[in-house]
Amino acid sequence: MNLSDTTTKQHIVLYFQVHQPRRLRPFRFFDIGTCGEYFDDKQNKAIAERVARQSYLPTNALLLQLIRKYPKIKVVFSVSGVAIDQFKEYTPEVLDSFRALADTGCVEFLSETDHHSLACMMPGDEFELQILDHTAKLHEHFNVRPTVFRNTELIYSDEIGRRVEALGFNGIFTDGIERILHGRSPHHLYQHSDLGGLKIFLRNYHLSDDIAFRFSHHGLTVEKYMAWLNGIPHHENVVTLAMDYETFGEHQKANTGIVKFLEGLLTAIAKQKRFVMATASEVIRTVKPHDTLSVPHYISWADQERDLSAWLGNDMQRDAFDCMVRMERDIKSIDDPDLLERWRWLQTSDHFYYMSTKKNDDGNVHAYFSPYPSPYEAFMNYMNVLNDFSYQVSEHERHPLNKQKAGAIRSEAERRELQVPTWAMNLQNSYEH
Amino acid sequence: MRVLMFGWEFPPHISGGLGTACYGLTKSLTKENVDILFVVPKLHGGEDVPRVDFIDAGKVPIKIGSHKEYTTHRIEEPGEEVSGVNISITTIEVESVLSPYRSSRYHAPVTHMESWSYTLEPTTHEVTQEVEVIDTFTHLFSGTYGPDLIEETNRYAEVATEIARNFSFDIIHAHDWMTFPAGIAAQRASNKPLIVHVHSTEFDRSGEYVDPKVYAIEREGVEKADHILAVSKWTKDILVYRYSIDAAKISVSYNGIMPKDLKTTSVMPSIGSHVVTFLGRLTYQKGPFYFVEAARKVLEKFPDAHFVVAGSGDLFPQVVERVAQLKLSSRFHFTGFLKGENIDKVWSVSSVYVMPSVSEPFGITPLEAIQAGVPVIVSNQSGVAEVMPHAIKVDFWKTDDLADAICNVLAYESLSTTLKKNSLKEIKNITWDKAAKKIKTIYHELI
Repeated sequence: MNLSDTTTKQHIVLYFQVHQPRRLRPFRFFDIGTCGEYFDDKQNKAIAERVARQSYLPTNALLLQLIRKYPKIKVVFSVSGVAIDQFKEYTPEVLDSFRALADTGCVEFLSETDHHSLACMMPGDEFELQILDHTAKLHEHFNVRPTVFRNTELIYSDEIGRRVEALGFNGIFTDGIERILHGRSPHHLYQHSDLGGLKIFLRNYHLSDDIAFRFSHHGLTVEKYMAWLNGIPHHENVVTLAMDYETFGEHQKANTGIVKFLEGLLTAIAKQKRFVMATASEVIRTVKPHDTLSVPHYISWADQERDLSAWLGNDMQRDAFDCMVRMERDIKSIDDPDLLERWRWLQTSDHFYYMSTKKNDDGNVHAYFSPYPSPYEAFMNYMNVLNDFSYQVSEHERHPLNKQKAGAIRSEAERRELQVPTWAMNLQNSYEH
Repeated sequence: MRVLMFGWEFPPHISGGLGTACYGLTKSLTKENVDILFVVPKLHGGEDVPRVDFIDAGKVPIKIGSHKEYTTHRIEEPGEEVSGVNISITTIEVESVLSPYRSSRYHAPVTHMESWSYTLEPTTHEVTQEVEVIDTFTHLFSGTYGPDLIEETNRYAEVATEIARNFSFDIIHAHDWMTFPAGIAAQRASNKPLIVHVHSTEFDRSGEYVDPKVYAIEREGVEKADHILAVSKWTKDILVYRYSIDAAKISVSYNGIMPKDLKTTSVMPSIGSHVVTFLGRLTYQKGPFYFVEAARKVLEKFPDAHFVVAGSGDLFPQVVERVAQLKLSSRFHFTGFLKGENIDKVWSVSSVYVMPSVSEPFGITPLEAIQAGVPVIVSNQSGVAEVMPHAIKVDFWKTDDLADAICNVLAYESLSTTLKKNSLKEIKNITWDKAAKKIKTIYHELI
């Protein structure tokens, strides 16, 4: 690649989020104490298959075909670990199609928390552990090592930036909202206010939502969209578009013309000279950061508020989250990978998103995604599951320890004494191999 | 614009939700510059709101036969916000000893007004004077009318014809089946459009065992009406499917709830930390047995829970027997019929209010519970479920779901507080002013 050439150009970073939670089965108050199954495998399988058929498979096939025709097309994906696991279980052909995209070299995969969780809000190093799990998963399935990070629903703050940089990432995505930009344009590469090593990509939410939410409302055409892109001043050199990948064929069905639109848009971009598509790491390599960006308070891409209120906005949400977090110590002292995994599935942000009692447009979006008739049912079901899970954990503790478990607890105690973060120990172990 | 409105009761002397609804609606309609001639079979005195006077009974004479007595009160309704605009509700009394919702006992002699609800306004000095008037009427006319409710609705219709000839108005508005014959008679006599307002149907009150005579009256009313107001989508659907009415002829107009001053709320000593309350008539319609069945299941998980059953009605003995049979009497508290302050006292100790109604056209009680800061669980078979997103909703026959919902509210404080907070916010939008605006638009479309 000719670096001096691209630096003068305007870049388009197109990032798609791929995620499916493990939804809970109906769990009654009266089921507490039965140590039942929590996840609705049947429903999760059905949804994975439906979305694969309507969205992932056809859109992946389209992207592969377009990339082969126009290698200038670059796409960034973030695929949550819970989604990858479910593809592996239910729709392995989806995993294959992502692998084929990865092999083109034109597609970059971002790192995120494996369980699409709010671990950044938890004490300790659960956040770092989940990121490393996800990194390992990306390597296992797509043979890639991510260098750029995106946190669940683009939640970001200076502190999160610091923790992500400490893990070795050199870039992160978040939303380009006015209250952090203070009049500046989102169309630049920014850097963390006190860490030169961490670059920040800011989503243009207008242009992104024009596709993701408003596509069918105002009869969007490729020409119109290209005209908007061409209206961006020449010195603004990084345009980040980010949206759910399910936009194509699931949230907006194929008969709306959304997939055709994507094809037309990518072809049009590939054929013109002004904009060049790039992956996030290419931009970091070739574009100088425009300015530093300070984000003292949490932001995200969700709802009008663009903060944490979509997941932790009401008493129920905070109560449920706290109850889940409080189980950490008990779960981790047991050393049962299955139990730990299920606890982490319960961390997936969607569970808390369903409990939001917001109204109007935001409320409608929450309701669209929710499998429950109301936020109250979502809360009741989650709490009943959590209480049963607590009960299960307490039962576990009553059993006498075997040697292996005793060893695990001992080493955990030693770790705490040495005050070495678990993720650092894991990293250390991986270097030795 | 002037509306000739036929009701069956008006606060403070009311036996059900109908009187409260008429009060709320007329009050808000006057704010919309609508004049109302309000006809009721019997005035008991005190049919008034603060700053409204009863005046001059003799101004609106109606001849309904030599053996029948009548009197008329003219009520000036200044309305708080509309000073300077001349609007009025005129209440016309037609003497009667009837009460409207006697369920299956229409032919039994009437000894007293059955009531389960509370009066809307506290008794004041002025009211005492009015009571004397009632005595006079009762004394003079108690023998004049027979106890047959259906016959009463026919006599009411005769009076309606008389009124329709003697007064000028633009539209007729009749509330529930007892007034439908009157509405039709007035329509015939005046050629003005008739709106019937369905607050409940015979299917809500009696389930599948409908009284054929009542059904016939309801059916004639909704058929002859120029337009129908239903208090919910639930009720509209009943009218479409059970009465074969064209959906286009029916508008849904939700009831409102009047803001209540919380400073007057009474409290009583706590009877326990988990108190589950049923408040309503003990009739088939209200589903009290589903409440008992759910309670049995809740007690498996919360042995210390208490269950308050506030209300009286046909099923009272059977409910008490069922509770005894399940050996749950120590956990149940039957208060009988409650009024005003005592209702507030029950709210003050309730952890959750449950309305497992089999068929509830609207259901104002859950909104009153919310007003008192009590979270609610309602059946999906209720109109109120359509306007209250911040309530837990279950199908009335699924007692497992009902018990589950109760347990959850008792177990998780954050659920209870979120329900309370959001529903209190929500009821601010459920107003009579909103209903009155919509109904006024419908009036204009018809005249």
